[in-house]
Amino acid sequence: MTTREFVTGNMATAHGARMARADVVAAYPITPQTQIVEHISEFVADGKMDCEFIRVESEHSAMAASIGASFGGVRVFTATSSHGLAYMHEMLHWAAHARLPIVMGMVNRSMGPPWAIWSDHQDSISARDTGWMQLYVENNQEVLDTCIQAFKIAEHPDVQLPLFFCQDAFILSHTSAEVVMPDQKLVDKFLGKRKPLFKMDCDNPATFGNIMSPDYYMELKYGIEESMTAAKRVLAEVGKEFGDVFGRPYGLVEEYRCEDADAVLVAVGAVAGNARVAVDSLRKKGKKVGLLKLRSYRPFPDEDVRRLAARVGTIAVLDRAIPMGAKGQIASDIMAACYDMDERPAIQSHVTGIGGREVSPAQIETIGEQALKGGSSTHPTWLGLKEA
Amino acid sequence: MTDKLVGTDDTETVMLPGNAACPGCGGSLAIRLALETLGKRTMVVVPACCMSVIEGLYPKSCFNVPIMNIAFAAAGAAVSGLEAALKRRGDADETTILAFAGDGGTVDIGIQALSGAIERGHDFIYICYDNEAYMNTGIQRSGSTPYGAWTTTTPVGKNRQYKREFKKDIPKIIAAHNIPYMATASVGYPKDFQKKVKAAKDTKGPAFIQVHAPCPAGWKYEGRLSIKLARMAHACGMWKLSELKEGRMSIQRRPKAFETIETYVKAQGRFKHLMDEEIAEMQKRVDADIRDFYGIEGEIPLKDPKA
Repeated sequence: MTTREFVTGNMATAHGARMARADVVAAYPITPQTQIVEHISEFVADGKMDCEFIRVESEHSAMAASIGASFGGVRVFTATSSHGLAYMHEMLHWAAHARLPIVMGMVNRSMGPPWAIWSDHQDSISARDTGWMQLYVENNQEVLDTCIQAFKIAEHPDVQLPLFFCQDAFILSHTSAEVVMPDQKLVDKFLGKRKPLFKMDCDNPATFGNIMSPDYYMELKYGIEESMTAAKRVLAEVGKEFGDVFGRPYGLVEEYRCEDADAVLVAVGAVAGNARVAVDSLRKKGKKVGLLKLRSYRPFPDEDVRRLAARVGTIAVLDRAIPMGAKGQIASDIMAACYDMDERPAIQSHVTGIGGREVSPAQIETIGEQALKGGSSTHPTWLGLKEA
Repeated sequence: MTDKLVGTDDTETVMLPGNAACPGCGGSLAIRLALETLGKRTMVVVPACCMSVIEGLYPKSCFNVPIMNIAFAAAGAAVSGLEAALKRRGDADETTILAFAGDGGTVDIGIQALSGAIERGHDFIYICYDNEAYMNTGIQRSGSTPYGAWTTTTPVGKNRQYKREFKKDIPKIIAAHNIPYMATASVGYPKDFQKKVKAAKDTKGPAFIQVHAPCPAGWKYEGRLSIKLARMAHACGMWKLSELKEGRMSIQRRPKAFETIETYVKAQGRFKHLMDEEIAEMQKRVDADIRDFYGIEGEIPLKDPKA
């Protein structure tokens, strides 16, 4: 039965793992992800979730245990944030190279020092090249829906790669909002059971991950890259199928009021919500600004970006992370995606919301105004930076 | 007792002929002995160590049981996850999970994950084959390297910078977890080792075995002498055979009289720089260890060197 509940992003994540019937959960607490671990503990204690929950002693072990469990052929979920993601970095590569469809709930939080628990995307952006798919969500409904879809995408025979989906610390993780809880029977039908292509099996013994010479290694990486490319199609298919079943379709990107736009803002995560407000306000003033929300960061939706870029004068990118010594990462990716276009738009890089600094609709409006004036960034502008 | 090894399964089908170990490798002997005992319903988890090479270069493998390689620090965590998955699959009872790790991966970088896995009580066997240094990377000191040893990171040099610290007492650390089964063993005494592997298999919950595994390349001796050296280490009290079962400690093959360490030390190139007074200093520490472990007060009974 479909119900409506008032839940935090963390609770929506725990419900997603529960409804997807994760067999094994191995997780370690870190603010602001802790509640996910607590809620899953409660589900298990109350008999609402039938799974093996391993209360590991670190995030490195959370991912290593997830890898061990996934090699066992069952469905695996974990969750982390910030330093936790950084601590498991080695094992992120391991999970992707081993082709294990582990799903992870990521709560975006700034990196220390100093200790800072508020949102920016430096943690997940820094895990960019690990071979994990990275999705970003805008609200708590998307948290739940994406968690369910994540297993179907990761476990797809053409993909077989791990996936984490990111929600902003506190803005989503600790803020309650109404979420439609899908019917469990429909979720079961939508997902089915994991069908591993290989697993640890005494009747069919294999050696996984032994030393591989340069004669083979390159093909292994190429295989991952091919699967990442296939994941674009699978993401779109699964998002569409989810829409058919549950009434809320998803894609790699979402365009908002872009049809006749002269300039387009690009945002990921919760900032996209404020960007919508900014776009509405600009539109009221007759200014033709739209929003491109990136849902998938890896794989990167080059084609969707280029399709939109062909029709607009300026793209203004709001990055909630800074690679230090270069433009915002998403801005750089968009520039790269548009480089070989015959006529490409101006592309502007804005660094926003670092360390949880507020990104208000009014501020985003100024970016929209600036975008309408055109001109590309030689280096990023920092939005909301205090004067020295 | 006959010469038949305990719990022997079909040897040929567990570990295949040929592997990439150095001649005389104590570690490869240890895993063969262990797998012969555990049989085909065994899954192996191997962190970075010599075994990751001994397995063979992809696409070849010397093992005919499922093996999962994992990162250096992660063996304890990986077996935890695998055990959880087997419970979900419903074949946990019929399957033995074995983590097989070197001393660096156990007493140094892997100690946290191992400690966590034992504390949580997962059902698995962890065998540390102790060759007393990071041998796979080319002989660097680990927490398990004995006092006095040369390694590439404890070169002797002008300042006599050989390893100045004594070996980390990992059995005591593991015992502090109230583990259901723990043993120390040696490839020099294969039947004793295999009995312990069998006991570990029969244990519900975590079981830990530290097996002494001489390394010709790292200790600098001829490969044909591995078994002899393993026995010499035991005879002079630098290695002990013990078992801790449900809180009760027992000692196996207690020497009636001990050799001095001199013969064992002088048989290995890694100790060749040691001067007589330095060996005497080392002997003092070994003596204290022997008294503590074997409960000897006063004089340690010594073997007549002429006998």
